[in-house]
Formats: sequence, structure tokens, C-alpha cells
Amino acid sequence: MNGAESHALLLDRGNLKRRNRVSKLVSLSSTIAALLAVAVLLIVVGSVLSKGIGALSIHFLTTPMGLFGDTTGGISNAIVGTGIIVGIAALMAIPVGMLVAIYTTEFAPDRIGHAIRFVLDLLNGVPTIITGIFVYGLMVAGNRQSGFAGSVALAIIMLPIVARTAQEVLALVPGALKEAAYALGIARWRTLLRVTLPTAAGGLLTGSLLAVARVAGETAPLILTCSIFGQGLLTEPGEALASIPIFIFQSSESPSPEAHTQAWAAALILIVFVLVLNIIARAFYARSRKRMGA
Amino acid sequence: MEAGALSDPVLRVRRNLTDRIGDPLLRGLSGLAAALAVAVIAGIAYEVVHLAWPAITKFGVGFVTTNDWNPVTERYGAAPFIYGTAVTSAIALLFAAPLSIAISIYLTELAPSRVRRPVATLVDMLAAIPSVILGLWGILVLGPFMHDTIEPALNSVLGFLPIFSGDPSAFGYLTAALILTIMTTPIITSVTREVFETVPGDLKEGSYALGATRWEMIRQVVLPYSRAGIVGATILGLGRAIGEAIAVAQVIGGATGINVSLFHTGSTMAAQIAAQFQGAPGALQKPSLAYLGLILLVFAVIVNVVARLIVQRGTLKDTDMTVTEAGAL
Repeated sequence: MNGAESHALLLDRGNLKRRNRVSKLVSLSSTIAALLAVAVLLIVVGSVLSKGIGALSIHFLTTPMGLFGDTTGGISNAIVGTGIIVGIAALMAIPVGMLVAIYTTEFAPDRIGHAIRFVLDLLNGVPTIITGIFVYGLMVAGNRQSGFAGSVALAIIMLPIVARTAQEVLALVPGALKEAAYALGIARWRTLLRVTLPTAAGGLLTGSLLAVARVAGETAPLILTCSIFGQGLLTEPGEALASIPIFIFQSSESPSPEAHTQAWAAALILIVFVLVLNIIARAFYARSRKRMGA
Repeated sequence: MEAGALSDPVLRVRRNLTDRIGDPLLRGLSGLAAALAVAVIAGIAYEVVHLAWPAITKFGVGFVTTNDWNPVTERYGAAPFIYGTAVTSAIALLFAAPLSIAISIYLTELAPSRVRRPVATLVDMLAAIPSVILGLWGILVLGPFMHDTIEPALNSVLGFLPIFSGDPSAFGYLTAALILTIMTTPIITSVTREVFETVPGDLKEGSYALGATRWEMIRQVVLPYSRAGIVGATILGLGRAIGEAIAVAQVIGGATGINVSLFHTGSTMAAQIAAQFQGAPGALQKPSLAYLGLILLVFAVIVNVVARLIVQRGTLKDTDMTVTEAGAL
């Protein structure tokens, strides 16, 4: 019965034609879906480029913001502020993240290593606005907003990204290299500093760059921790600092077309920074994997 | 020769001294860092509950079902925002999941090897766009397009459905859902693509050898084999969708009620916190927003744990199943 049926299927030209047509249709719609995703990326980046480039000028890059509603200023204070906030965040999150990864790959017993991986995944899944609430309660409530509070919030978001990528990269380092060092009687910490970390350097850099790219555009936690800032070019992390994402957010909520143009220009700077960092990170990762023969 | 050097008592003592400090120091420091990561997650839970406490004691569990957000009467409830989060995330996944599966099929089965990497990278790049920029684009490009073109078209064809009734609006549930679709698609795609790549080639070839067309092979081999991974990836996307604050706050309009029409403005839990926390007046508004945050945190944790369990365990289980099925044949 079954055999006869499939025999009939094979012979039935009309049915085979239909099956092939369905298959072609699926192939076509899959291709369209991929094209659509690429098109959306190009449309968004293209919008930012075409609407932002006109407002970009030396004046825009080197002048601090005007008073609220004044659109003749620039974003120099936001660029500097983002640099400081993200820089301090990176200084906190990258060493801690590396150490967490070192602990789980070098020292932790299996069960504790799994538990820490799980905690890092959880941390990665915490909505960034909640991280903002946490740092608000920890540092801002009863005190005031500050660039430093913003940095702590961003560092918490970076930590799981840095640690998880570092874990993956450290696990790729060939065991034979480490064993060779141990066989020479070299202590664990020396092996780590001289053998493991240099071998994994490219991949470790990737994770750090991706984490920086990820938080450079992060807005939600900064609203709660570092969004009410004074006039002019501020550089003291003890007080609230301007930042590019907050500038884009506030300008986007404004009804004035001039403010929108400024938002597009700031978005252009941010998107170029983020995408270039992503591309560099990928290049390093590809090179490092090749080096480790993975 | 090296051993000779080591047996030299002076060298031996010097080496042992730094190593005696170095090894435990590294172990201690890295252990401390790991403990810090655990402390942060505990601290987040504690601090959110702590900030929300006045609202928790005042409104209790009834907060979840209260459909009101009134700073004048100081009566707050989470229902409009839970509704907004559920509706926008559900629509986003309704679009993003099939789209991601289709993109993954293209990338693993159809794309010529030369365009495979670049296209995959471009899709990944979509996830790298900062949400505030997608929100800006949503306000100034997508919103007007929805108002002028998409929503009038939906209304004229499907206007008899309550969800497509009412006046078109640049801001609202539907615009927010589309922005979330753009955000979740690359996340779901990156996981499904990886899972599709693990489908054993001989199973696929076996299917082709039995006369299956490409789609029949995908439907009978790739999709069943990857089922757990697809579900896990979609739930992971859900985690991203419910937690997105900024872009949604920019395009959803901020209305604090429940509206059936998808064109209508509304708000989500995350967006409401982003929009109001900073300037929240009143003794109970900030705690109520933190309470919203607590509900959101609970959802996010559950979603993430479930997704990871499914992706990790499910893939393994399915592999075993497929192997036994293949063995039975």
C-alpha cells in the first residue's frame, strides 16, 4: 500500500511539479526575508546618514549644547561625557570580567563554574532599565546623579559580555600550551600571564570592544543615573555628565525640527562609532581564532 | 641544566616566594571577582524590592490587576503596562520568529558560500544599532509611514476587527511592536542559524536521497531537529522584547490605559519606568514604578532561564531522539 502510494507519487508529474513549486516558493520567501533584514539595516543606517550628515560640522563637534530648546549649540560636552562615562565603565568591567573568566576556567570546580556561568547569563538577561533602578537605589537616591553612577550602571551591563566571551576564548587556548608550561615547572599565575592570556589576546580584545560598543549607545540606565547635567563642558565624573545617547533621546522627544536634525547628526556619530567598533572586534576575533587553530 | 638551576638553593627560594604569593593571589582575586558578579545579581533583586516596598505594602498583589495609573489620586496599577508589554512583545515575536527561521534557512541552505558570511554579518549588525537610534528612526521615519500608509491600509481592509479600528496614529502599540521586531529578529536569527548548522549533513542527504524537495527536507529534517533551539531562541527574543525601554518609550505614545486598537497609544512596563522614573512626583509614584520593575525583572529572569534550559538541554535531547529514530530506520 505504502510502496504503491510512493510509486504513484513519483509517477505523478502534476504532484511533483506542485512539490517543486512549494519548495521554490519557500526558497524565494527565505531569500526575501534575508533581503528584508539587510534592507532594514540599510534603510535605518541610510536615514541616519542622509539626515545627519547635513548638520555635522566642526562647530557641532566642538561646541557644547545650548540651553534647553536652543539648537545653535553642538555636542562636544556629550562626546566628552560619553567618553568619560564609558571609559570608567570599561576600566571597571574589563578587569573584573577577565578575572571572573579566569576563575571559572582555571580554578573553579565544575559545579561552581556552571553556577557562575548561569549567574552571568542571568545578569545578561536583566533589562538595562532595571540595572538603572539598581544603581539609582545604590548611588543616586538620597544623593545625586553623577557620571560615576552612570559608569557603574554601564559596567554592570558590560560585565557579563566581557566575562562570557573571555570564558569562551580562554577555553579555546590549546591545553598542550599550558601543560608544556606546567611541565617546565612554571607556576600557574606565570603561565596565565605569559602563555594563556597572550595566546587569547585577540579574542579577549574582541569581547571588550563588543561590550564597549554595546554600552556606548545604552540610554535607559543613564536616564536614571546621569541625565540632569549642567551647562558647558563638564569633565568631573562626580557630577552628572552629558552623553550622546541622552542627547539623542531628549532631542528626539522635542517637537522642533532643528532639534531632530541635531539628533540625527548625533546619531550618525554614535552609529559610526558603534559599527566601526563591531567590525574591528570581528576582525580581531577571526584573526585570533585562526591563530589558535580553531 | 634547568633542574640544576632549580636545585640551587638561592634561586629556589626566590622562585617559591613569588609563586607562593602569586598563585593564591590570582586565585583569591579572581574568586573575589566571581563573588562580585553573584553579589551584583543579588543586589539588583534586593534594591528593586527595597525601592518598591512602599508600593508593595500599599497595593499588595492587587497591583498586578489594577487598571489605573493616577498620580493625582495616588492610585497605581500594573495592568495597562503588563498588557502593553504582552501585546507589543507578542506581535513582535509573531513577525520575528518566522522571519528569523526564514533568514536562517536562507543562510544555511540557500545562500551561495560567498554571500553567506557578509549577509550573516549584516543581520548581526542590526542588533548592534543602539536602541535610542532605532527609536529616533521610529519617531521620525517609521511613525509617519505607519500613520500615512500602513495603518489606513490595514483599517480599510481589516477595519471590522477591533484591533485595526480607530484612527491611524504615528505612535502606538503597532509601531512599538515593529521596532521590537527589528530588535529581536537578529537575536533569534543568530541562535536558530547556529542550531540549523548543527543538523547532521547525512540526515539531510538521506532526505534528499529519498526524493524530498528542499522544502520537504527542511520541514522533515531541519525543523524537527532544531525545534527546541527555535523555541529557545524565540523565548530569548521575548526576553529582549519585554525589557526594551528606550525605543518603546519613544514610539508607543505613553498612554496609561488598556486599548484594544493596535493603532492606539499605550505603554509597557519598561517604557513607563524610562519615561516617568526621573521626574516622578508623589510619595508612591517612584515605588510604584520600581514595583513595575520588579514584575518586569521576575518575567525577564523566568524567560531567560527557560530559554537557556531549552536551548541547552533540548538540543541534546533532540539529537538523541533523532539518532534513535535514524537507528530504527
